[in-house]
Amino acid sequence: MAAEKTTIFSPETAARFDKLVTIYPVKRSALVPMLLYAQDDIGYISDAVVAEIAERIGITELDVRNVLSYYSMLRTKPVGKYHVQVCTNISCMLRDGYATLDQCKKKLGIGHKETTADGLFSLEEVECLGVCCWAPVVQVNYDFYDQLTPEKLDKVLDDYREGRGKETK
Amino acid sequence: MADVSFTVDGKKLTAPAGTLLIDACRAHGIEIPAFCYYPGLSLQAACRMCVVRQEKVPKLQTACTTPVAEGLVFTTESPEIAQARKATIELLLGNHPLDCPVCDAGGECELQDMTFRYGAHESKYVEIKQHREEQQWSPVVFFDRPRCILCYRCVRMCGEGMDVWALGIQNRGAGAVIAPNKQDHLECEECGQCIDVCPVGALTSGTYRYKTRPWEMNHVSTVCAHCGDGCKTTLGLKRADDGMEIVRGDNRDKSGINGDFLCIKGRYAFDYSNREDRLTKPLVRQANGELAPVSWEEALEFAGKKLREIRDAKGGRAIGVIGSNRTTNEEAYLLQKFARSVLGTNNIDHHRTADYATFAAALKGNADREASLRDFAAAPAILLLGGDPTEEHPGLAWQLRSDVRLNQARLYVVNHELIKLRRQAKAFLEISQDGYADLVSFLSGNGGALSSNEKAASFREDLLKEESVLIVFGPEYRGKDIEALVKFGMGFPKAKFAILGDYANSRGAADMGLFPDLLPGYVPVTAAGTFAEEYGEALPAAPGLDLVEMFDAAGAGDLAALYVVGSNPVSRYGVDASALKNVFLVVQDMFLTETAKLADVVFPAANLYEKAGTVTNTFGDIQLVKKAADRAGVRSDFELIVRLADRMGADVKKLVPFGRGGVRADFGQTRGAQSGEADRHQVWLTAHHIELKASPFDPFAIFDEVQRLVPAYDIPRMDLLTGNDQHIKTELVQIENTGSRRDLVLPSKDTLFTSGTLGKYSAMLHSVMESHTRKTAETAAD
Ligand code: SF4
Ligand code: SF4
Ligand code: SF4
Ligand code: FES
Ligand code: FES
Repeated sequence: MAAEKTTIFSPETAARFDKLVTIYPVKRSALVPMLLYAQDDIGYISDAVVAEIAERIGITELDVRNVLSYYSMLRTKPVGKYHVQVCTNISCMLRDGYATLDQCKKKLGIGHKETTADGLFSLEEVECLGVCCWAPVVQVNYDFYDQLTPEKLDKVLDDYREGRGKETK
Repeated sequence: MADVSFTVDGKKLTAPAGTLLIDACRAHGIEIPAFCYYPGLSLQAACRMCVVRQEKVPKLQTACTTPVAEGLVFTTESPEIAQARKATIELLLGNHPLDCPVCDAGGECELQDMTFRYGAHESKYVEIKQHREEQQWSPVVFFDRPRCILCYRCVRMCGEGMDVWALGIQNRGAGAVIAPNKQDHLECEECGQCIDVCPVGALTSGTYRYKTRPWEMNHVSTVCAHCGDGCKTTLGLKRADDGMEIVRGDNRDKSGINGDFLCIKGRYAFDYSNREDRLTKPLVRQANGELAPVSWEEALEFAGKKLREIRDAKGGRAIGVIGSNRTTNEEAYLLQKFARSVLGTNNIDHHRTADYATFAAALKGNADREASLRDFAAAPAILLLGGDPTEEHPGLAWQLRSDVRLNQARLYVVNHELIKLRRQAKAFLEISQDGYADLVSFLSGNGGALSSNEKAASFREDLLKEESVLIVFGPEYRGKDIEALVKFGMGFPKAKFAILGDYANSRGAADMGLFPDLLPGYVPVTAAGTFAEEYGEALPAAPGLDLVEMFDAAGAGDLAALYVVGSNPVSRYGVDASALKNVFLVVQDMFLTETAKLADVVFPAANLYEKAGTVTNTFGDIQLVKKAADRAGVRSDFELIVRLADRMGADVKKLVPFGRGGVRADFGQTRGAQSGEADRHQVWLTAHHIELKASPFDPFAIFDEVQRLVPAYDIPRMDLLTGNDQHIKTELVQIENTGSRRDLVLPSKDTLFTSGTLGKYSAMLHSVMESHTRKTAETAAD
C-alpha cells in the first residue's frame, strides 16, 4: 500500500500516512489520525479523501464513513479560510456565549455551518472547547480567543479580515 | 467445557461453563427478551432489553454478555427488571412511528411483542418525532429509518455472516442511522439476510412489502427450487384469482439443513411461479403450423396416440426422452420407468451438471463417506477444490463461512480463480484451470505434478496434518479425476466427500436413472437384474442414446419422437431447430421455452413449489417437497406422465403401484366442477400425515418402489415425512464401474443472480442484475 502511485495528499501528509499505517497493531487504528491530518491538508474530508484512506488502510469506504460521521469535528464540506467556532456549551452559555454567536452571525452575515461569499470566513456553533474557565470562547482554525467581550471579538474578526490574524491552519 | 450449576428464578440449572446466560436460559425454556442479541453473531449489548439481576452485583446485567459460572444466582423477571425493560422500550418508541397497522413486520415484530409484554404504551416524550422517508437501497432492500431500533443485527449479519460488509452505522446518538455501502444504495449479494434478522419492520423486501399481513398467509415449508444445495424454505402463500400465489420465502424456523440462511434465489426468486405468461392450457400444433390451446382430452389423446404409433411402427429406438433437473425424485423415476417399460427405450438422459455416476462408483462400498450439507456446519477441516460456492452454492458458502467463524474450522481452498471464499481460507492455492488433476496427483505425493512451488508444498504439508477432512469438489472433477481424488481422500484417517452439481434435483435425476446406460441406483442397463423383471420385456438390454446422440440422431432422421420434461435443451445445447423438424416433439414445461416453441404438443406443467414428493440435493440429502402454491390449469409432471402412459394403453397400475389394499381413487376429472381432485387428494394426505397411495398420482406410491429397488434410498420414512432431511446411503449404490462413459457434464455456470431457465423468468433476478453494474469484491477490515 505504501507504493501508492498517485495520492491526493501533499508529499508530507502522504509520507506521514505511509508511516501511520505501520505503527499500530491493527491498521485501522490509524483511521482517526489520518482523517484529522487529511482534513488539515485538504481542508475537508472529500470523497477522494475517503477513497484514498480506505485504500491505504484496506477497509471499505463505508467503514471510513462510519467513523467519519461520528465525529463532529470532521467535516465533509469545505469551510472558509478562517473557520470560526463559537462555543455555546454550558460554561460559555452562562457567560453569554449565544450573544457571541449572534455577534459573529451579524458581523459575518452568515449562519451556523455557512461560509461567506468571499470564502474568507465560515461559522460553526460547537460544543465545549475545553476552555470553560475563560468562557466565553471562540476558536479560529486552531487558535483560541477567550474571555471575549463584544469589543474583543470585533477586533479578532477585523484582524482576520485585514490579514493581521494568526495564520495557523 | 465442564458443566456448572447456577440458579435462575429459583431453579437450579446446569450448562457448560462459559455459556451465555441468555442461551442457557433459552435452552431451559426461560425466555429473556433480546433485540440486539442474535445467535451466531458477535455480541453487541446495545439494547439493554435482556437485563437481569445477578446476586451480589450492584447493577442489572445484560444476559446476552454474561457467561454462566458455578454458583451464580440470577433473577430474570421482577418488577425492577420489568421497569427497566419498559424504560428501554419507551426510549425506543421515542422516535418510532408506531405505524404497525401498515408495517410489514406487524404481527411478527419483536418490538410489538415486547411493548405488549411490558406495556410502554404511554410516553413521557412530548417532542416531535424525527421522521425520514423510506429509502430504496436495491431492488430487494428497502429501509424505513424511523422504525429502526439500532440493534445492529443487520450490520453484523451482512458483515460477519455474509462477509459482504455492505451495511454500516453512521452519525451518533439520536442521529445514528444504518447506512448502505454506496451512500444512497447497496451494492451487495442481495441475500435479504439483513431483512430477515431485523427484529422490526425497518428493513423490508421489495417482493413482500405492503403486500399482505403475516396472519393472512398460509405457510408451507418445502425445499428451494433453485440450486443444488436444497435449502429448506417456508413459503408464505396468499389466495390469488387463479390459485395460491407465493408472496414470500424465508426460513425463520431454522429447522433445515441451511440454518437461518437463504440466498436471494431462495428468498425472492419464486416470482416465475406467479407469472402471467405461464402456460395453463395444453397446446397442439395445428395444420397451419401454429401452436393453439386445446382441451386436455384432445392434447393427451393426440400425444398418446402418436407416441404409440411411433413406438409400434419404429420401436422404442426411435423415441428419445429428456428429463429434468428440477422435477422430484418420483417424477424422475417415473419418467425413466415410463421410457423403459412403456416406450421401450433406453434413449433417456438429462442435462448433467456433475459426474454423479463416477462419484457413486468411487464411493461404492464405503459407508458414511459422503458429506451431508449439515456436516459442513461443524467440520474441523474442509478442502474445497474448484467451484465457486459463493456464486453457485450459496448455502454451502454460508455453512463454510459459519464453520470458520464459529468453530475456527480450517478451510483449504484450491481454485483457478480468486474466489471469494479464499477470505475464509486458512490456505489458498491458485492453480491453472487445467491443473485440477495434477493437483490431486501432487497432493497424493507426486511432487513433480505441480511446477515447484513453495506455497503448494506448505499447503500440502498443512493439509496432510489434518485427521478429519471434508473434501468438496466442483464440476472441474469428472471421471478418472474423481476416482483419483477419492482415492487420495481415503488416505485421511477420516474423510468425507461432496460433489457440487447444479439445480434442485440434479442429484435425484442421476440417482433415479435418467441415463441411457444406467438404471435407478446406477445399475447398468446391461446387468439390469431385478429391473428386468420389474419393467418387463420392453426394457432394452443395450444402452440407449445420450442427449447429444439423440439430437444427432434427430438430425440424421433416426429419431421419430422426443419427449422433453422440464428441460430446455434447445437453448442449453444450442440445438439447431431444423434438426427437430421431422421429430414428434412433446414438451412439458411452465413456459413456452425455446424447446417448447418447437414442440408439437406442449403440456403446462407445475413447478417444484406446486407439487409433493422428494428431492435430493447435491450432497445426497433427501428432503420432502410439499405442495405450496397452486395455479389453475397446470398439472404435475407426475400426473402428466401417468396420463400419457394411460393414453398409450399402458397398464397404469403397473407403472404406479397404487391402490393396494383395495382403496381406489378415480383419475381425477379434467378441470371443471371437480377440478383439483388429485391436488386436493395430495393436500389432504399431506395434511393428515398419511400415505394412502389411493391414486395413481400419489408420488409416494412410486417412492415405495424407489425404496424397494434403490437400497441407497431406503431411509426412515417417518423422519422424512416430518420434514427432516435424510442422508442417502452411498455405500448401497449398485453401480459396477463407470469405465468408459462419455463425459457429458455441462455445469450450468449460474451465478448468484441467475438460475438457468427459472432465472430467465424471474423478473426480480433481472432487476437485480440490471442494478448491479459492478460486483463487490472489497476486503473486510483487518
Ligand atoms: S441483502 Fe445481504 S448482502 Fe445485501 S446488505 Fe443485506 S445482508 Fe448484506
Ligand atoms: S435496520 Fe433492523 S436490524 Fe438493522 S439496526 Fe435497525 S432494527 Fe436492527
Ligand atoms: S443456496 Fe441454493 S438452495 Fe439455498 S436458497 Fe439459494 S438457491 Fe436455494
Ligand atoms: S463550555 Fe465553552 S469551552 Fe467549555
Ligand atoms: S440483547 Fe442483551 S443488550 Fe441487547
